[in-house]
Amino acid sequence: MIKHATIEKNSILLTVLVLIVVSIGGLVEIAPLFYLESTIEKVQGMRPYSPLELAGRKIYIRDGCYNCHSQMIRPLRDEVERYGPYSLAAESMYDHPFQWGSKRTGPDLARVGGRYSDDWHAAHMKNPRSLVPESIMPGYPYLATTPLDYALIAAELEANRAVGVPYTEEMIESAEADLKAQVDPDDDGFDDLLARYPKAQVRDFDGDPEVISELDAMIAYLQMLGTLVDFETYKAEDNLR
Amino acid sequence: MTDEQPRAVAGTTYGAGALLILGAVLGLFLMARAADPVMGFHGFLFVAFCVLGVYWLIARHSGGDADAGRAAAQSVRYNDAVVRAGVVASTFWGVIGFTVGLVIALQLAFPVLNFDLPWTNFGRLRPLHTSAVIFAFGGNVLIATSFHVVQRTCRARLAGDLAPWFVFWGYNFFIVIAATGYVLGVTQAKEYAEPEWYADLWLTVVWVVYLLVFLATLWRRKEPHIYVANWFYLAFIVTVAVLHIVNGLAVPVAWSGTASYSLFAGVQSALIQWWYGHNAVGFFLTAGFLGIMYYFVPKQAERPVYSYRLSIVHFWTLIFLYIWAGPHHLHYTALPDWAQTLGMTFSIMLWMPSWGGMINGLMTLSGAWDKLRTDPVIRMLVISIAFYGMSTFEGPVMSIKAVNSLSHYTDWTIGHVHSGALGWVGFVSFGAIYFLTPVLWQRQRLYSLKLVNLHFWVATIGILLYITAMWVSGILQGLMWRAYDTLGFLEYSFVETVEAMHPFYVIRAAGGALFVIGSLIMAYNVWRTIRGDLREEDSVSSPQTIAAAPAG
Repeated sequence: MIKHATIEKNSILLTVLVLIVVSIGGLVEIAPLFYLESTIEKVQGMRPYSPLELAGRKIYIRDGCYNCHSQMIRPLRDEVERYGPYSLAAESMYDHPFQWGSKRTGPDLARVGGRYSDDWHAAHMKNPRSLVPESIMPGYPYLATTPLDYALIAAELEANRAVGVPYTEEMIESAEADLKAQVDPDDDGFDDLLARYPKAQVRDFDGDPEVISELDAMIAYLQMLGTLVDFETYKAEDNLR
Repeated sequence: MTDEQPRAVAGTTYGAGALLILGAVLGLFLMARAADPVMGFHGFLFVAFCVLGVYWLIARHSGGDADAGRAAAQSVRYNDAVVRAGVVASTFWGVIGFTVGLVIALQLAFPVLNFDLPWTNFGRLRPLHTSAVIFAFGGNVLIATSFHVVQRTCRARLAGDLAPWFVFWGYNFFIVIAATGYVLGVTQAKEYAEPEWYADLWLTVVWVVYLLVFLATLWRRKEPHIYVANWFYLAFIVTVAVLHIVNGLAVPVAWSGTASYSLFAGVQSALIQWWYGHNAVGFFLTAGFLGIMYYFVPKQAERPVYSYRLSIVHFWTLIFLYIWAGPHHLHYTALPDWAQTLGMTFSIMLWMPSWGGMINGLMTLSGAWDKLRTDPVIRMLVISIAFYGMSTFEGPVMSIKAVNSLSHYTDWTIGHVHSGALGWVGFVSFGAIYFLTPVLWQRQRLYSLKLVNLHFWVATIGILLYITAMWVSGILQGLMWRAYDTLGFLEYSFVETVEAMHPFYVIRAAGGALFVIGSLIMAYNVWRTIRGDLREEDSVSSPQTIAAAPAG
């Protein structure tokens, strides 16, 4: 029987034992998530973000939207009725990192895509209380007036590919062209964009066709949230975990 | 002192100077090649840090040893200077962090205070608040107290000459990089792990040096046993290193740019983040601060720790169980059920070691309970343990899935965090600062015990206002979200539940304001104590009570 005094007199032994004791829980809980196939459901329709959507997601993160908005609908009756079908693990499989959030100071945004018009979003971002008088959301008028900086968009896609998002060489090469094509329905790259990113919504989002603004990217991101998975073909009972 | 030592010290000074100059060159290179303006700014800050470091080294090398006079009076030549710096930094960051908290509390009550500017909106300031209180205030308290405790309980001088200073300044530089980054829009979007990849790398270097300084000091100890407070500090340092490195793994978009993408996605990134996040609570805000409790409560009460055996059980069970509790942040999400259930089970079990520790801390006052009446510092330490007991009971309750389905996403969580953070972490830190200030500056006592008493009451009332407001708003909002009318429709729109929160957000801000005022009282008291002032005052408990005591 080892006496505790032995540990108390040996700092290296104490350090090693601490390391072992604190490693067990994490290993047992986290490691299986990487190899249990049931962890992420089999769904139709998930694809990586289009370059414009990815740029919008970056702005969402930059301004800390995740501090007040969740993107995770729980399988509870009131949430499903309020926000739509409960969120699947598959729906955030390309989110590095996840944006599930932990607080709903504002409503859940997992399925906000298509719920409001672009005009509504543009006006709401500029001044939330012009549309929802009781809202406590900050205004983001500068999004409409700041041109989107997409100089590094191909590098953004490459970094995503490095962490496992299946962007192809072709997607990376045409990242900038695809970004521009998504805000201009008359662009020649329209068909290629949709071939690479099915269901991508193509239009001028912020009401100002002259510039690609941060607001364009932000609304493009919000309008696609929760719209990819085809729930007609999704069978919940096949994916019970 | 032998002849070898000054030469070795000079050698490390030159080595450190060379590293700093190299760092300044790297910073200049970053400024020139930055892929985005924030990286350019942070490159500039790094140059400034290195240049100031070189200046500091020269001043230190040519100046005398400020501690020399004191050394004669002590049997061991303790390194108190770095602990003094830590006490000042803790007080400073505490006031800043609490104030930013008050600002964002007011923003939720009065959204016009967001000013519709990028740098002042809630989304950017909230991480500034959480990082300022947890890492800037809490982290400086932990570094300062651990450096103090490990020296005193080992009866050995802190290892290294420049290394402890590198830990202190390097850590505070990390804080500056992280904080300016948030305001300028640089974040990894993971709560309490927002700093970007380059700040994470810098912190890793600082943290490894911290661990080495701590271990090397243990190796110098003149006591055969390592004191229990040091077990907790050691577990805190080691585990935070593991959590920080794994959760921070990321691929930068450009080597000279701020942005990066986490190595993990979706459900895996969620669990790894909350494995990190909950153990930031468990090891940063709990294990580290339990180290404070195990040293400062016995010292201030002048009584030994209640039970040695309980300390052993407390330590090993706490560090083993805490690591499992992360999934309770992800109840009813897309995380597989088996992981949620495991997380809930271990969270409930965690109640036992937490209360074991609480009992060990409280019962240390056995035979000294009368000090609660006469010593406001011990009162602060004791109420911190009481808050610890309360929030470590509330936590397991909230981790039960049925309770969590109501509490999750609401202010109840915010209230829970603050009963732990303000009540436990805040008060135990204040107690330690009040203990350390007269000791480190060799003053007879604090400038004013009456002000400590005032701080105690102002802050306690503030905390009570805060957490009761958040209980009511959290439970109210949770119930409103799930309320149905008689026809089976959802009764409230989302924004109606937001509107209902307003009065509680005002009360919360009032509570926060009291807590800020308390911290300003402390800062004043610490400043006057450092200056060497003593306020003429009677003892805290009135003479009548003492006179009446024997009769009663």
